[in-house]
Amino acid sequence: MSNADPPDILTIRGVTKRFAVGDGEVEALAPVDLTIPRSEFVCMIGASGCGKSTLLRIIAGFEEPTTGEVSIYGKVVNGPGSDRGMVFQDYALFPWMTVRQNISFGPRQRQLPREEIERTTDEFIRMVGLERFADRYPNQLSGGMKQRVAIARVLANNANILLMDEPFGALDALTREQLQHELLQIWKRTGVTTIFVTHSVEEAVLLADRVLVMSAGPGRIDSDFRIELARPRDVSSPEFNALRRDIARRLTSHLTLARA
Amino acid sequence: MNDHATTISEREERSIAAARSVNRRRNRQRLEKLRAFALGAGFPILLILIWDRAVAITGTRLIPSPYQVAVMMYDFSFGGVYDDAFSGTILIHVWKSVQRVYGGFFLAALIGIPLGLLIGRIKLLRQLLDPTISLLRPIPVTAWLPLSMIFFGLGPNAAIFLVFLGAFYPILLNTMFGVRSIDPRLFEAASMLGCSGTGMFRQIVLPASLPAIFSGLRIAHGFAWILIVVGEMTGVPTGLGSVVMDGRTLSRTDLVITGMIVIGACGFITDRIIVAISNRLLSWSPQHRE
Ligand SMILES: Nc1ncnc2c1ncn2[C@@H]1O[C@H](COP(=O)(O)OP(=O)(O)O)[C@@H](O)[C@H]1O
Ligand SMILES: [Mg+2]
Repeated sequence: MSNADPPDILTIRGVTKRFAVGDGEVEALAPVDLTIPRSEFVCMIGASGCGKSTLLRIIAGFEEPTTGEVSIYGKVVNGPGSDRGMVFQDYALFPWMTVRQNISFGPRQRQLPREEIERTTDEFIRMVGLERFADRYPNQLSGGMKQRVAIARVLANNANILLMDEPFGALDALTREQLQHELLQIWKRTGVTTIFVTHSVEEAVLLADRVLVMSAGPGRIDSDFRIELARPRDVSSPEFNALRRDIARRLTSHLTLARA
Repeated sequence: MNDHATTISEREERSIAAARSVNRRRNRQRLEKLRAFALGAGFPILLILIWDRAVAITGTRLIPSPYQVAVMMYDFSFGGVYDDAFSGTILIHVWKSVQRVYGGFFLAALIGIPLGLLIGRIKLLRQLLDPTISLLRPIPVTAWLPLSMIFFGLGPNAAIFLVFLGAFYPILLNTMFGVRSIDPRLFEAASMLGCSGTGMFRQIVLPASLPAIFSGLRIAHGFAWILIVVGEMTGVPTGLGSVVMDGRTLSRTDLVITGMIVIGACGFITDRIIVAISNRLLSWSPQHRE
């Protein structure tokens, strides 16, 4: 990331997605347009089934858009690439690799010199605080630790867009809080552009520079809230709660509409 | 100062207590192991006792007593009792059978694993080969016996071919199944980290399907020992299967039973070796540990 790069890292233009289901088709995404500046922390929130995962998977290159295109610094995405890294809700760690091997997987693919791979790996193991667990296998870790490995694995690969699909959804409240805090620290240190899908309005307001509310049938971006609160944010402050209320209202207006 | 002293002694006490509980747990584990061993070994001993009594009570001459079989086993291993063609020949027969079993088995693994990985991963190959495999698979291996004797003649190669056929399908099918049941997210994760092509096979497809491959190898290995006996009954002079056949021809049931026991022991020991290897390679996967 040099300063010569344009300020917008990600551009989504007219992206739609239709899935063939049986004889018919499901329209998962209506045309979506979105621009995300470098180093922004964006949260996406919306009812279940409104196309959040689909949009994220299109950005990752796991799915092709039916129409439209996604580009990174002006270069059109056509498949997965190491500039974008996904953190899945169910971790998707390689179970036969230790923590260290999982994290070094990306650097190892690029045939870097051994010392450099080791240095990068150690750096990210330290960043997510797993020094003592570096030689354990994923099944010997707690959910929170697994998700730390997943984050480190993507960052060690030098990804400059971090895509997170409800990453903390399966964790208990305390672990989730801890990880939210750590994620913010990492984001501050690395400046990695982050797109974070969540169910929780509170989580979105706590983390994001910008909250996108999505609505279903077919999925589109309904509203775009800017969160100007200084970090660390106080979840009990009136400003925080006002934003939370506004966003929750946008969200439920669709739920009632969809039900009607 | 005083405070400090208390904390140290408290800490010591705690660590002593911890060590004690570790000791207790270890003792319990040892006892559990001993119990499992006693039960596992006790049942065969009971069977031998029943066998011994049954032979004594019925007074049959068709079935030897366990003692007679033990003598035969001694003679087969070391010689010096009957001093006939079978005395002290155990190693030759075991060695011949082992060569044939593992000749067929490794050949089956060498072809079955790569083929299974490819068929599991590449749709075109699956469409090309799956129907043929499904058609050939239900044919019992023993039904191949006449054909294999035409192909390979009377001799060890026919036996190796039978072992190969019997071992091939479990290895192939389990490998295919293993590949098909890999979580697709692992492929996505690998490709976003810059892995593709042959690197994907080596680093993801193979290790991810290793548990399934090993269960295939284990089943195949069992079949291999079963089939070697069938294979060696077709007129080879050495091998454990031929010992059993000779015993039958000579009406020497003690030799037949001795051969059976040696085959069972070989299968058992080699199965343990496979389990040990798979436990080692699959230590990351607790579901597959024994
Ligand atoms: N592979 C697929 N095949 C068919 N339909 C799909 C597929 N993936 C998602 N969909 C459909 O697309 C819509 C959006 O799904 P998704 O992006 O998973 O929503 P969200 O992540 O917001 O809950 C849903 O109606 C879902 O059923
Ligand atoms: Mg989803």
